[in-house]
Amino acid sequence: MKAHYGYKDGSGDYFIIIDTDKCNGCQKCVEVCPYGVLEIIEDEFDIEGGSMAAVTEEHRKKIKYSCGPCKPITGERKLPCVLACEAKAIIHSW
Amino acid sequence: MSDNPEEFWRWREYRHTTPDMDWHNAKMITAGVDIGSVGSKAAVMLDGELYAYSAMRTGGVSEETAIKAMNWAIEETGLKTENINYVVGTGYGRVNVPFAKRTITEIACHARGAHYIYGPTVRTVLDIGGQDCKAIRCDEKGKVMSFLMNDKCAAGTGRGLEVFADLIRTPIEELGKTSLNVENEPQPVSNTCVIFAKAESVALLRQGWQKEKVSAAYHLAMVNRIIDLLTKVGIEKDFVVTGGVAKNPGIITRLERNLGIKPLEPKLDPILAGAIGSALFAKALYEKELGLR
Ligand code: SF4
Ligand code: SF4
Repeated sequence: MKAHYGYKDGSGDYFIIIDTDKCNGCQKCVEVCPYGVLEIIEDEFDIEGGSMAAVTEEHRKKIKYSCGPCKPITGERKLPCVLACEAKAIIHSW
Repeated sequence: MSDNPEEFWRWREYRHTTPDMDWHNAKMITAGVDIGSVGSKAAVMLDGELYAYSAMRTGGVSEETAIKAMNWAIEETGLKTENINYVVGTGYGRVNVPFAKRTITEIACHARGAHYIYGPTVRTVLDIGGQDCKAIRCDEKGKVMSFLMNDKCAAGTGRGLEVFADLIRTPIEELGKTSLNVENEPQPVSNTCVIFAKAESVALLRQGWQKEKVSAAYHLAMVNRIIDLLTKVGIEKDFVVTGGVAKNPGIITRLERNLGIKPLEPKLDPILAGAIGSALFAKALYEKELGLR
């Protein structure tokens, strides 16, 4: 499942997309995120349970700003969360 | 329930039991309770078939609402909460359902419930709830493939419509219909914020716009916002709408017009999708507990 967290406003699309089929809940993204944007939640989508990464409720409405410092306008872009995820489960829409 | 004619936002609360069904013959009795920000729904299923249900307004204390909704659903059936094999809670207040063994997110429950109500051809579910709006893509089993939730602002939600109903003094259940009584669609009001949308509506009323026209502008703004959300996850047929706002023809007609896709007609009240979905998850969980799956 592709879980989209974020929003769209007049200036653009701001979504962090977690591919829950790839995510194994290893928590590495949570550990490297400097601003507490990510968390591990219980998988409440199916009867099997398990855990997976998600964007915290607090940051969902402002991720454009929360992730801003990780996204320099010029130069090479290195998002700590994306680099930490071996499963390649995290995508940023912007 | 109040009969106060000044409360334009109030929608009808109700319960129902399916005739010709007897819980004494059921192998599995499961239930789902969906505690939404505005409405709470309970559904009881006998071997996976819908038996009894209720829909009421969420009160100040979620636990009490959960008990009330459940008791109301089984009222007149002779069934007691103890007779129910497995209960799943869903909705934003899902952790506050005291007798639920598990919780499942409303996103999964709406997809499952839509699959039950509309059948296996459903691929896109739009759920417009009291305080958020979700676009869900699912497979032929009702399993979620992709979802997007917009909870940034109340514009485009049931609560926003309730506020608007009060503002133009039109009962909520007639709001959508009367908004279609315009010859041409006006320009939509602001669709980024419920407070702006309300302020603009007040200004239009002051300029002497008819209620219906202001309402059309408000509905159109909401629809534009919803379409934005839908295009992000992608719309695939069949398309359905669940949640309380699914009953508003002012929204449904405009969605159909502007998307060029007609949503399927519901066989059951689409406000129940979350509760039905959670009762189906309860059945699956109970089967798992019994070692049947
Ligand atoms: S690092 Fe990747 S796999 Fe690990 S929890 Fe985060 S998203 Fe999931
Ligand atoms: S981009 Fe930076 S702030 Fe945003 S989630 Fe990734 S690590 Fe955290």
